[in-house]
Amino acid sequence: MIELRGLTKVFDKNGQETTALSDVSLSVPKGEIYGILGQSGAGKSTLIRCVNLLERPTSGEVWVDGREITTLPPAELRAARQEMGMIFQQFNLFDSRTVAGNVAYPLEVAGWPKSRIKERVAELLALVGLSDKADAHPAQLSGGQKQRVGIARALAPGPKLLLSDEATSALDPETTRSVLSLLQEINQKLGLTILLITHQMEVVKQVCDSVAILENGALVEQGKVLELIARPGSRLRELFYEPFRETAFQAHPQGVLVALSFVGETADAPLISTVVRRFDVDANIVEGAVERIGGSRVGRLLVELTGAPESLRSALQYMTERGVPPEVINRE
Amino acid sequence: MNDLLSMILEASGETVYMTGVAALFTLALGVPLGVLLVISDQGGIWERPGFNRALGALVNVGRSAPFVILMVAVAPLTRMVVGTSIGSTAAIVPLVVAAVPFMGRVVEQSLHEVDPGLIEAATAMGSSNWQIVSKVLVPEALPSLIRGTALMLVNLIGYTTMAGAIGGGGLGDVAVKWGYMRYRNDVMLASLVVLLVMVQVMQWIGDSLANRFTHK
Repeated sequence: MIELRGLTKVFDKNGQETTALSDVSLSVPKGEIYGILGQSGAGKSTLIRCVNLLERPTSGEVWVDGREITTLPPAELRAARQEMGMIFQQFNLFDSRTVAGNVAYPLEVAGWPKSRIKERVAELLALVGLSDKADAHPAQLSGGQKQRVGIARALAPGPKLLLSDEATSALDPETTRSVLSLLQEINQKLGLTILLITHQMEVVKQVCDSVAILENGALVEQGKVLELIARPGSRLRELFYEPFRETAFQAHPQGVLVALSFVGETADAPLISTVVRRFDVDANIVEGAVERIGGSRVGRLLVELTGAPESLRSALQYMTERGVPPEVINRE
Repeated sequence: MNDLLSMILEASGETVYMTGVAALFTLALGVPLGVLLVISDQGGIWERPGFNRALGALVNVGRSAPFVILMVAVAPLTRMVVGTSIGSTAAIVPLVVAAVPFMGRVVEQSLHEVDPGLIEAATAMGSSNWQIVSKVLVPEALPSLIRGTALMLVNLIGYTTMAGAIGGGGLGDVAVKWGYMRYRNDVMLASLVVLLVMVQVMQWIGDSLANRFTHK
């Protein structure tokens, strides 16, 4: 759906050049929710703005739905933009218009007849659950409601692609979850491809099929969320398990402290109890969490194993064979 | 008493006539001027730095000329436009010449206050520049534009009091010729009161209209 090739963006401010993006190439498959994860200043905003050319890349190609859009003449670019919805961190709703007027805007721009606009607006407000707010002004809405209006407005012309610029960053955790669920729902119901940028791991965990990690304007890695979390040494895995690293637990002198990561089916097998029975070791669970990501279980356990050195070695060996390579945190 | 009333009435009529007609032309020219100043500015939706600088310089020239001087300086233009350089109608030409640059700056300032995020959103939705101006910039800035218009009207009323210099009449003229030169304190007072009421009414209408269109 989106294909970025060798995207580079250099900002020139009073002769001082800053590279916001350097040689970024990635492809977003149709129908996916694709996340770009990065800290502020990593270049995410510039990247997503290059997709609809709010920002023109210094070099590189932007392909959307099989068309190179950096070379389109103005009128065709406007038409192409009408097929890409966009939602924003600060919502960017028009204060002078009612909720219905905001949703109608892109349809007016696209030249829809009035009667069809009315119908379509009603349809979208129903989709986002705000039919009763049609005549309200944005100032009368909560943050979550504003973003729902933003989503309805972005979807109004029936785009194939939705760009989300930190759409949940200004919202509280609960509202974030409900807006993300809405995005997931329209992704499934309408088959809409969604490209979102975020600095929140939570967003990637809750809705993304694939993810790309951007650091200092360069792509660090990209792939399916589950595969990356399962792959030892991946940056995503590191970020995902970061909260566990800070444990101050000291292992028993005869023990070993290991971190175990379960992804998908490995999370369903009773690994710990099997190890305890077969290798004559004791297991003390120090910390643990299991979450659902994209319908799969992903877990992390911090386990202290104690026993004879020989048994410990075999136990660790066994866990590796079972697809759960233990990471030894400290050993006395 | 009777002559006072008829004098003030006639002068008020002239002031309203000059202000009203000049305001219409000022709006018709000043709003597009302000729009051009904003969209051609750096980072605007129609970036034209050279044009923007030239236009800005022209506006500054218009803004720096004192009205009394401007009024006589543009006499050739006035003759060309209305056929004479004397009278109320003739005064309208310099009034417009003086008010348009002012209005342009007022409009520019109002439009600059529109959140750039809204323009970005409109661009992302495939709007043309004209659509951004007519459907986003102007409607979003409307309360501020209305206040600016009230400001311009008050300014115009002030300018019209100098129209006497070219035989334009109006309340200022009456106040000088009768109130001051012929020691008619009643005329002086009456014209001041009418001017004061005009300004107050204008400001009040402007404020209430602006509030009606504010949805923040």
